Amino acid sequence: MENKPLLEVKNAGIQFGGLKAVQNLNMILNEGELVGLIGPNGAGKTTSFNLLTGVYVPTEGDILFNGERINGLPPFKVTRKGISRTFQNIRLFNELSVLDNVKVAYHAIAKHSIISSILRLPSHFTGEKEMEEKSIEFLKIFSLDKYKDELAKNLPYGQQRRLEIARALAANPKLLLLDEPAAGMNPQETKDLMELIAFIRNEFDLTILLIEHDMNLVMGVCERIYVLDHGQLLAEGSPEEIRNHPKVIEAYLGEEVHDVDA
Amino acid sequence: MKKSKQFWPFIIAAVIVYAVVQFLISNGMMNQFYSNTLIFISINIILAVSLHLVIGITGQFSIGHAGFLAVGAYISAIVTMKLHLPFIVAILVGGIVAALAGLVVGIPSLRLKGDYLAIATLGFAEIIRIVFLNIDAVGGAAGMQVSHLTTWTYAFVCLVITILVIVNFTNSRHGIASISVRENEIASDAMGINTTYYKVIAFSIGSFFAGVAGALYSHNFYIIQPSQFGFLKSFDILIFVVLGGLGSLSGAVLSAILLTVVSTYLQGYPETRMIIYSLVLILVMLYRPKGLMGTMEITDYFKLWRTPKGGGQHGK
Repeated sequence: MENKPLLEVKNAGIQFGGLKAVQNLNMILNEGELVGLIGPNGAGKTTSFNLLTGVYVPTEGDILFNGERINGLPPFKVTRKGISRTFQNIRLFNELSVLDNVKVAYHAIAKHSIISSILRLPSHFTGEKEMEEKSIEFLKIFSLDKYKDELAKNLPYGQQRRLEIARALAANPKLLLLDEPAAGMNPQETKDLMELIAFIRNEFDLTILLIEHDMNLVMGVCERIYVLDHGQLLAEGSPEEIRNHPKVIEAYLGEEVHDVDA
Repeated sequence: MKKSKQFWPFIIAAVIVYAVVQFLISNGMMNQFYSNTLIFISINIILAVSLHLVIGITGQFSIGHAGFLAVGAYISAIVTMKLHLPFIVAILVGGIVAALAGLVVGIPSLRLKGDYLAIATLGFAEIIRIVFLNIDAVGGAAGMQVSHLTTWTYAFVCLVITILVIVNFTNSRHGIASISVRENEIASDAMGINTTYYKVIAFSIGSFFAGVAGALYSHNFYIIQPSQFGFLKSFDILIFVVLGGLGSLSGAVLSAILLTVVSTYLQGYPETRMIIYSLVLILVMLYRPKGLMGTMEITDYFKLWRTPKGGGQHGK
């Protein structure tokens, strides 16, 4: 390993009452990697995301980001540290325009105060103008600028996903967490999504952790894969290793791998 | 930014309205009844717009607004009647103390969501009312004598300032952050917005203006009593906001005007008053289920008229 780890998860776990949703989670993400997190339904994938982003506070273990302990920080502070995410069920600001959705991400970067906005001081105008320009630039990168005044809820499904990823990237993260980005997409949209992921990796200096059920996508784009089952890490390795890992086959990929072998 | 283009038309319209009404009042062409109604409309608009910031923009369902109205009313009455300070000081102090009360109530209760927040705010408003009921220095249940100091000028200037502050807040990064809390709190949090901070800020700005309205309210009557600030008063304000359309400031203004006028004219028919008032509410809700204005603002309609295509957008 030539790079220092960007994210280090040490024995993290969370317990809801008597239920251990995730336990002994160990993960290392190096800078620039694209890593997949897979597992059967209910394995604890989204819970792991929620641990990483501060939605849940781990009941055991530590999460280090850039060498800094981030467990226990509220989600908005985790985001400001440089971890940004999308959601399994799209969570856009439906009644806000596409442009305003992206502006929200620039909120933490702009500095003009409430007083300056209420009194319409010069710092308000420069701050708002900068936010607007940056947001429009950003929408152009994702070719969403033609929709900029449209309400987010009126976009087609694929474009909503695109906007959600764009919004997450506008927060200027070092680590991007994508929670089932291809869920509910048709093959063409999935293909577009794969291109988009390849594109953002080129365009931005990013590390990506991806939850996905679409095996084509996972095997196609990920460099390494973690497999979760029953809240525990089952295996870790390259797509090739995971494909042939006996435990993984047993827990999850069984039939598909047989198909491939046959 | 785009709002700044509407700033001067708004100021000019405000000055014209003020001048016309003031001219009519000082020439005696408008009698006490009408000028009082106008003051009352102004107070109700301030209340509606301040609650609009909390419910319509930030999405926090508070039904204890009358509590902050009571704080403003009593504190300002103490300032003028006991401390003998000028009315303008009383308005400011009333607003500031109400905002502080908003902070005290908001910080613990804004962790709650939906129904639970509604119940908590209702409870807090009742506590405030009971506190005033049990302080003998402000007259207890018998009420407190207040001199009549509210004039059309005070009411209207406060109204214009309220609208300017809330519009300016809404049309800034802070407003977008507040709306994002309303739209999806989890996503808003995940985008780096300190959701608790914005909820508390919106709540205290709302409380501040409720306090200002309280100062105008108490000095518009000759006596204030705790019973005027019960939960029915809170619901009256809530109805302005919901009837106008959640998220629409012009809707809140419009419905505050409409409902104040309706209830004022119905005072002549005390036996059927509440029936007709309720029927008006039911009819509006049947024919405009999203409120009078939905989520649109008056200025959006101007834009629609100018561009025939329209496209049904919600530009700001």
